[in-house]
Amino acid sequence: MNCPYLQNMDQQSTLDTQRLEVSLGPQHPSTHGVFQMDVVLDGEQVIRLKPVMGYLHRNHEKLMENMSWLACMPYTDRLDYFCALANNFSYALAVEKLAGIEVPERAQYLRVIMAELTRLINHIVLVGFLLNDLGAFFTPVLYAFREREKLLDLFEDVTGSRMMCNYFRFGGVKRDVPPDFILRVREIVNQFPKFLDELEELLTHNEILLSRCQNVGILPKALAVNAGITGPVLRASGIPYDIRKIDKYSIYGRFKFRVPVGEAGDVYDRYYVRILEMRESLQILEQAINEIPDGEVISKAGAQAAKMPRTLKVPKGDAYGRTEAPKGELGFYLVSDGSGKPYRYHVRAPSFINLTVLEDMCIGQKVADVIIILGSIDIVLGEVDR
Amino acid sequence: MKTIEEIKQAIETKFGVQISIENNSLLIPKEKWPEIASFLKTDPEYSFDYLSSVTGTDYKDYLEVVYHLYSMGRECGPLVIKIRTDRNAAQIPSVVSIWRSAEFQEREAYDLLGIHFEGHPDLRRIFMWEGFVGHPLRKDYVTEDQDRKI
Repeated sequence: MNCPYLQNMDQQSTLDTQRLEVSLGPQHPSTHGVFQMDVVLDGEQVIRLKPVMGYLHRNHEKLMENMSWLACMPYTDRLDYFCALANNFSYALAVEKLAGIEVPERAQYLRVIMAELTRLINHIVLVGFLLNDLGAFFTPVLYAFREREKLLDLFEDVTGSRMMCNYFRFGGVKRDVPPDFILRVREIVNQFPKFLDELEELLTHNEILLSRCQNVGILPKALAVNAGITGPVLRASGIPYDIRKIDKYSIYGRFKFRVPVGEAGDVYDRYYVRILEMRESLQILEQAINEIPDGEVISKAGAQAAKMPRTLKVPKGDAYGRTEAPKGELGFYLVSDGSGKPYRYHVRAPSFINLTVLEDMCIGQKVADVIIILGSIDIVLGEVDR
Repeated sequence: MKTIEEIKQAIETKFGVQISIENNSLLIPKEKWPEIASFLKTDPEYSFDYLSSVTGTDYKDYLEVVYHLYSMGRECGPLVIKIRTDRNAAQIPSVVSIWRSAEFQEREAYDLLGIHFEGHPDLRRIFMWEGFVGHPLRKDYVTEDQDRKI
């Protein structure tokens, strides 16, 4: 055995340590759903960890092969159920790419506004739950949920649903926003930074948070790239890779925003990158509500397809559409055989692939740190298991 | 980024294989895939260091595995690679040793489509349970009838 801690023990004392196999989850609040980790412990240290998933598997991809293209849209809400609109966005982009459908200006702006509001929701909830995992039970979550509630009210008024929004259509969005929408988004843009300042005052330099999170669960740059890690987890390791900047999909090329990166790639950086990303999202929102034009919210071809979904014929071929979802690169690989249904529908789920390095980050850490490392990756089991 | 034609030419001259282009993707013979993969990753002219997506499709006559490669350093992509294999003895060399991101995705393709990735360090089912028979994403998989009377 190569564990230095154990060798020391052998020389100094007669105490024996025994390896202990613990199954964390699947029924445990810290796993954020039904997710299991088989951990081998040496004292308090983790020496092996195997993620076990599939408890929420419903073969999403097979189900979609029997649906019309548009009927898949509400199901994408259920992948990452915190960020329904971000999922809609990615799926709509992939189908539009395949079918060659144009999107009018106003709809582009509405899509970006919705996607950035979703990012705020995701990150604020993640920060709340991360603190929960650290042992600050439910006070931060409560404040996070208070803010989230304001955004969800907005979603309800626009889409008719708080979480399962089903708002995007091919070639635009389902319907135009209510007249006071821009005003309310502006209110959020003005209010939210104050809330963030308040939150940061309590957390960012908090001694307990620093000592629990710094130098815990370090993810080196090279491994992060090699393992296909995306989103805030990758950027916390110091790589400024943001698909909104790289692909400039939709109209992201028009907005000025920065890509925050971390240095150490530890849990603390992953927390702080998300705080900074929320501030950048607010920048995008402000620019978007200032520039949004009047006009149609769905193109003619799109409106036709939304009314009569089975008439939408997608040409033969395959396409891959990807967006920067709050958790990382969300991609849809679609194959069409020319009929009204997808021949093959594949989701490249960011939180599923980000779990690849969970073991690497946890080895050598304490068992209590495994919980916050998992929390800092930000997984949603609806998306991991599909 | 180099055009797909140029990449095709470069691989053909270096490895002496026949590659065809289909719908903007490279159709590569599976025998040389690990060598071509590590060439695409390490050669400074391409440096596709980021394997975004690995998945498969059942085309009834054959199975096809699709790789989407990007380069984080050069900020370009995607390069789409397709490899075909026989349906009954579906075997393709694994690329986990080149790109770790293939680890779970190859397991997923094995689980749902029954493609064996040779050289994968831990090829087990990932979503379905051990002992499950069949591969649900194959087109000839018979879905259980939900309405049947027991």
